[in-house]
Amino acid sequence: MEGLFFNVNNGFLEGIVRGYKTGILTQSHYASLTQCESLEDLKTQLSATDYGNFLANEPSPLSTATISDRATQILVDQFNFARSNAVEPLGKFLDYITYAYMIDNVVLLITGTLHERDTHELLGRCHPLGVFDTMPALCVATNVEELYHSVLVETPLAPYFRDCFSAADLDDLNIEIIRNTVYKAYLEDFYNFVGTLGSPTLEVMQNILAFEADRRTINITINSFDTDELTKEQRAKLFPAIGRLFPAGNNALAKADDIDQVRQVCDNISEYRSFFEGSTSVSGANHDVGEMGVATQLEDRFFRMEVHLNKQAFMQQFQYGVFYSYMKLKEQEIRNVTWIAECIAQDARDRIQDFIPIF
Amino acid sequence: MSGAGPRENVFATRMALTNMKLRLKGAETGHSLLAKKRDALATRFRAILKKVDEAKRKMGRVMQLASFSMAEVTYATGDISYLVQEQAKLATFRVKATQENVSGVLLPAFEVDRVSGSDFNLTGLGRGGQQVLRAKEAYAKALETLVELASLQTAFTILDEVIRATNRRVNAIEHVIIPRLDNTIKYIISELDEMDREEFFRQVVACNNCAKVQGKKKRDKQAITEGEANDVQALQVYPTEPQNEPNQEVELPDEPNQETELQDEPNQETGLQDEPNQETEFQDEPNQETKPQEQSDQETEPHDEPEEASVDLLSSRDADIIF
Repeated sequence: MEGLFFNVNNGFLEGIVRGYKTGILTQSHYASLTQCESLEDLKTQLSATDYGNFLANEPSPLSTATISDRATQILVDQFNFARSNAVEPLGKFLDYITYAYMIDNVVLLITGTLHERDTHELLGRCHPLGVFDTMPALCVATNVEELYHSVLVETPLAPYFRDCFSAADLDDLNIEIIRNTVYKAYLEDFYNFVGTLGSPTLEVMQNILAFEADRRTINITINSFDTDELTKEQRAKLFPAIGRLFPAGNNALAKADDIDQVRQVCDNISEYRSFFEGSTSVSGANHDVGEMGVATQLEDRFFRMEVHLNKQAFMQQFQYGVFYSYMKLKEQEIRNVTWIAECIAQDARDRIQDFIPIF
Repeated sequence: MSGAGPRENVFATRMALTNMKLRLKGAETGHSLLAKKRDALATRFRAILKKVDEAKRKMGRVMQLASFSMAEVTYATGDISYLVQEQAKLATFRVKATQENVSGVLLPAFEVDRVSGSDFNLTGLGRGGQQVLRAKEAYAKALETLVELASLQTAFTILDEVIRATNRRVNAIEHVIIPRLDNTIKYIISELDEMDREEFFRQVVACNNCAKVQGKKKRDKQAITEGEANDVQALQVYPTEPQNEPNQEVELPDEPNQETELQDEPNQETGLQDEPNQETEFQDEPNQETKPQEQSDQETEPHDEPEEASVDLLSSRDADIIF
């Protein structure tokens, strides 16, 4: 039934996004990109793709940051076009996508406020997707309490903050803990929201979001092994209450002390079992380096898994997941291009293949 | 010869001679000590040069690794620079400056003092924390290399300056002070010799005069006494006086020779000291023929010096051993 009326409201945008999707760089594009000798070469190669002459007006010594910025700008323009043409509830769905960036921006501004910096200069550093109307007003606030009462209350993020913190908490908690608590609330909220959207969107999106949640859980666990700033109780509070690992896996991870325990937990989930495969032999040889290697390898595998899931989203029609997936794939592509540019700039040819091809 | 080349402005006295000799000995001791210092510093300098070279190469590699790990962080998490800047409250990487003494030169040596701070341990908690940690480690290593390089470079420049100063001093002592003292000593010796000879000659002349006067007085007395006896005889005695004078001339020939010998030296002195005289000598061709001889004399002089110097060096070495 949902396919019957989907195109009435969303057919145009879905068509647009699927069109954008075909513009994503393919393996052959990457092959020619990795052959580039300089960033100027890269620019020429990129102009033959959907990026066009996006670097045409840049002054000659190109930096990798510029490439990344310009590419992101293209993505943001595409997204804003979709957002302005969206009909509810797709509009709300797209808004939800921006909340993740808003959280990052707000956290950045809070950091600035806490250290009494001029927050105006921070506005330039904010992610353009996470910009909201009242954000410049954050600069007016001089302390965190004021910030919360006058600005955050107006934003869609207010419920996340309200549920998690009092104003006093904002002052003395580590900013990363705040970020992750808010992000946890956001993920859960998004998860519930896609639940209300009905069948095909729900299936696709909950799959992706569940993975996102599990990824955060595992990452937080691994990254908090050797710190005394984050107690195990606090750690447990940061885990999103969704995903395949929830609840048993989350409980086990909250108590985990080393990477082997994380591996045991992940072994229970068939999809995640492969994350730690092939790393056992490495850690056997040299435990210390191995653990570090596993963790960095893990990040890489998470990215691969994310790309895989997002690609699958395009297999289903008549659902909103394509918008989210397109955003994520495009972000990965920007990362890839930046990585290749970085490798070229720093002359690290042996690592140039370490990006994650999408198609 | 004495007076050739610059010399100290002193009076030619025995006191000054002893002073000069002491100073010469001091200068030679100082020279050997400074030469030793220079050698020690040069050895050190070369060692540091080698290390600097190594450290610079290492720095190239390490910095590359570090900036690449930063690229990894950007890949995994995006821009974290601001968060890290704001959350870093205490310096975890400190540099201690100590001093090292290399043959009297104080070289600053920097040491790394790492406090295992946990200021931004949680950065990238949700994503890319491992990459952040690795970047942190990589940059810490890069900084360590930089600090090492910094201390080497400072030592390098300081040593370079000190070596140059020492070299200047060694050369100054070797080529200016010691020759000047030598010249002074020779000058004083020659002056003293000359004074001795003058004195001797003066005494001889004085003695002769004295003897003449006394003889004359005696003869006068005799003449008076005899003259009182017979004036004619006195007239006859007078012619004998001229006979005595030739005797004096016979006695004298030794002394005029001495005189000429003595006069030769002052002439040479003046000839060497006063350049206008030399020029006039150049104009006179026969005199020029004598000039080369003088020059050869001068040339033969240095042969004597090294012997003296070596003897003095030996003595100074002995002095060193005693030191």
